Amino acid sequence: MGSRERLEAQIDQWRSYVQRHRAISPADVDEMEDHLRGRVSDLAATGLDDDEAFLVAVRRMGNLDAVSREFAREHSERLWKQLVLVPEGPAPGSGPAWRELAVVLALAVGAGIAVKVALAAFDTDSALLRNVPLMTAPFLAAYFVWKRRVAWRVVAALLVPYALLAVVLNVYPYVDTGSTLVLAAIHAPVVLWALVGVVYVGGRWRDQDPRMDFARFTGELVVYVTLLAIGGGVLLGLTAATLSLVGMDIEPAMESWIMPFAVPGAVVVGAWLVEAKQDVVENIAPVLTRVFTPLTTVMLLVTLVVLLGAGGLADVERELLILMDAILVLVLCLLLYSVSARDSLARPGWFDGLQLVLVAAALAVDAVALTAMLTRIAEFGFSPNKVAALGLNLLLLVHLARSGLLLLGFLRERQPFGALVRWQTRFLPVYAVWAALVVVAFGPVFGFA
Amino acid sequence: MRFDKDLVAASATPLVLGILAEGESYGYAILKRVTELSGGRMQWTDGMLYPLLHRLERLGLVVATWGTSEAGRRRKHYALTPAGREALAERQEQWSVVADVLQQAWDSARRSAQQAAQAPARPAVAEGWA
Repeated sequence: MGSRERLEAQIDQWRSYVQRHRAISPADVDEMEDHLRGRVSDLAATGLDDDEAFLVAVRRMGNLDAVSREFAREHSERLWKQLVLVPEGPAPGSGPAWRELAVVLALAVGAGIAVKVALAAFDTDSALLRNVPLMTAPFLAAYFVWKRRVAWRVVAALLVPYALLAVVLNVYPYVDTGSTLVLAAIHAPVVLWALVGVVYVGGRWRDQDPRMDFARFTGELVVYVTLLAIGGGVLLGLTAATLSLVGMDIEPAMESWIMPFAVPGAVVVGAWLVEAKQDVVENIAPVLTRVFTPLTTVMLLVTLVVLLGAGGLADVERELLILMDAILVLVLCLLLYSVSARDSLARPGWFDGLQLVLVAAALAVDAVALTAMLTRIAEFGFSPNKVAALGLNLLLLVHLARSGLLLLGFLRERQPFGALVRWQTRFLPVYAVWAALVVVAFGPVFGFA
Repeated sequence: MRFDKDLVAASATPLVLGILAEGESYGYAILKRVTELSGGRMQWTDGMLYPLLHRLERLGLVVATWGTSEAGRRRKHYALTPAGREALAERQEQWSVVADVLQQAWDSARRSAQQAAQAPARPAVAEGWA
């Protein structure tokens, strides 16, 4: 490697190091890079070689942490990482920023149109239930195909399971509003999400790190979509109230136009927001998990006491079992979210202990619920709903139990934190496989009831 | 020469404003000018200049524009605003007062030190004068 290329590589490395300081914006890094280059070429003119000149120039730049603190003092708003949708100023390459916004908006509108077409083509509620996620997912995937320049080979390979899913959902002779149909409709988005995940990681789904990125992305997307939904709800409510004063009812427009465009649009725009400014939620994720982990633990302990005190668990409603699955999914999301936000190298702390308590409480509650579920099955036999709930419950149980063990090992300093992270990412595809199984097999097995 | 951090902080603003009063400039050139003017006796930590420039920009004492360097890279140029000129004039007055006071205090200190040093050498004369 020539000394010129080596210098460029060193400057690149320095840039990425400086950029990790949140208070220093990319424009500041440009400014400092210009400075660094000026210093390097002046030093080189005095007879130093490029390596030496670079070292001296970096040293002259000073301790970056101190410089960053100085920047932070000057730009306190940067620590709050405001949402910058389009970079300010005449940055070279401002074209792509606008192009990305245009692509995102086009895809959001496209998803809306697809859903609207589906609305017009199918009249029944169940057909809608089957097809709305099917219509939205390709547009979200298309954004990542565009953004990550995913190889066409990967896209083509994904089209096969997608087409299969679409055929199964629409061709199977389901009894309308039967439970196998509802189950298929509920589980299909999970399969679709896995397919979107493969696109998100650019086809590298076998690697563990990109999978964790996708888990992180999912969590952040949920936060964004929730925020967009709240904002949109307030806006719509105010509009509806204003229009009702002049005797106009927006309810019909809401059902036939606003919702079909707003919901898929929010998902696509939310995905773009996560991509555009990952830092915003990175700051919120640890806070959210820290707030909700203790609260959920308390909730679980209360639930456990109530369940044990109620007695006669064989009589409990089927809804309880579905509710149990929901609670375990929540616990799992909290765990996954905090695992993804945690610094793997940090030593075990009180929060890890708290998480272990949360997992233990969830397992205890689940043990009670599982007993009830098995009793019910022994008494009334299998039904598609029960099998689906039971299957999911077992998966969650395995996932949480092993997470608990690894967390315990980490707290006792027998296991590195990485083991827990790897277990999360290794287990995630199992859910997609199970969901695919429910969609494909439950209809035929239970006679499309 | 190492300067006390507070002294650097206090003198940096008038110095940068003074350099910009000579004409529009950019970060590295400002630092080179500082080195040049001080004959190399004053050297700042390079990185610290930028937060300072941004503060001056926020206070409206300088305006920044993005241009390109000879090598075609992005470069941020700073120029003094009318408010910056006013601030500079005010700082110049303050600093000349400070410099004047320091000069006088040190001069008189030096004179009394000299007298004290000379005093025991010629005690008789001193007594004679008294």
